[in-house]
Amino acid sequence: MQHSNKYILGYSIIMVVIVAVSLTIIAVQLKPRQDENIRIEKMQNILSSVNIAVAEIPKNEIGTLYKKYIVSAVAVNNKGEDKITDPAQVFKIELVNELKKPGEEQMLPVFIAKLDNGDTAYVLPLRGKGLWGPVWGYISLKGDFNTVYGVMFDHKGETPGLGAEIGQDFFVNPFKGKTIFGKDGKFTSIQIIKGGAADDNPHGVDAISGGTITSKGVEKMIFDNLGSYQAYLQSHKNH
Amino acid sequence: MSEKLKKVEKEPMFSSKVLKLLKNPFNLENPITVQVLGICSALAVTVQMKPAIVMALSVTIVTAFSNLIISSLRNTIPSRIRIIVQLVVVAALVIIVDQILKAYVYDVSKKLSVFVGLIITNCILMGRLEAYAMGNKPWPSFVDGFGNGLGYGLILVIVAFFRESLGSGKILGAKIIPQFMYDIGYMDNGLMILPPMALITIGIIIWVQRSKTPELQEK
Repeated sequence: MQHSNKYILGYSIIMVVIVAVSLTIIAVQLKPRQDENIRIEKMQNILSSVNIAVAEIPKNEIGTLYKKYIVSAVAVNNKGEDKITDPAQVFKIELVNELKKPGEEQMLPVFIAKLDNGDTAYVLPLRGKGLWGPVWGYISLKGDFNTVYGVMFDHKGETPGLGAEIGQDFFVNPFKGKTIFGKDGKFTSIQIIKGGAADDNPHGVDAISGGTITSKGVEKMIFDNLGSYQAYLQSHKNH
Repeated sequence: MSEKLKKVEKEPMFSSKVLKLLKNPFNLENPITVQVLGICSALAVTVQMKPAIVMALSVTIVTAFSNLIISSLRNTIPSRIRIIVQLVVVAALVIIVDQILKAYVYDVSKKLSVFVGLIITNCILMGRLEAYAMGNKPWPSFVDGFGNGLGYGLILVIVAFFRESLGSGKILGAKIIPQFMYDIGYMDNGLMILPPMALITIGIIIWVQRSKTPELQEK
């Protein structure tokens, strides 16, 4: 059956309007739940960077746990000056958007965690590129602003079994106890070494075989992001 | 004419014809193993059982309802833009499924990532719409879509069962290989996690199925 052009045009317009309206209603209805999921995931990520096993904890308790451990948060600029001191506001900062701004305008979050043993840890967000897409994570430093307390990494679509392993314990655990400043006080970051790091290397961890580009991406991410925090870290370290 | 109409109305909801629509995709007309459609997602989301099951359900819902909607509209759809109309219906359903997954099973939706969106391009869907829904009544079309979705899902779950159990020693996230097996040197087969082994697993399923069903053997 041949339809007239008018019919076809009318048909497509009505169809598109119906679809658009129903999709909008559904998206608006589900948005709060989706945002809540993303918020909980961020809390989980921050907590797991201070070595709290969040995987076994039910989702509705993450909020309370986060309040218990993360006692405050500030956002600093690349000169190390505190810019935002309201923790709720700092939590809302998306590092992706900040990294697009010029260096001096960036608001860099620092989450301050009070641990069970009374120690304080400082959690810094990370964001970089892997092989196929973005990689991100959090790194927590001990009170000396030098020793790594813990890290967590996640990725969008690294190769399963290879680059995707950056989230696994065998890759993450060796970061603990490494230092990001050399004995002379110079910023060294952490190297991810192909073929394995020497046991006594204070700044190196093993790379993942078959995941070289992702490993390099994580290394660059740590170097770049901690680099932006250098002024903050240096000024607190010397206190 | 009126006699014919009556006859159609009398047809029970689950007549043998309709039941066949539901059953055929499991064996003789399986979308993956016989028609070799929807392979890309079958390779990608079968590393673990849970995402595979969610993917199977999503595809079943989308095929069933897109068949139903297109079949109800089939007499009004202008033939010159029929593919576009089909795509719009499928895309809308896929977006709805994706949004619901993001809201209710966030961790699974993260694992499925782009593959939910790629249901739109799943050949099974367009195949069923063009081949069946455009020329049949809504109810048989719905059953046809439902059956094909489940036929696809069945293969997905079988492949995921072998890949998860051999690749990570788990079923649905629970360990099935006792610790002492690891202690005496058993190792999970990391190759099972990679996509090539999914292809080989599907190949083995096709082989087993063909050798058991004479109808599928090519002379």
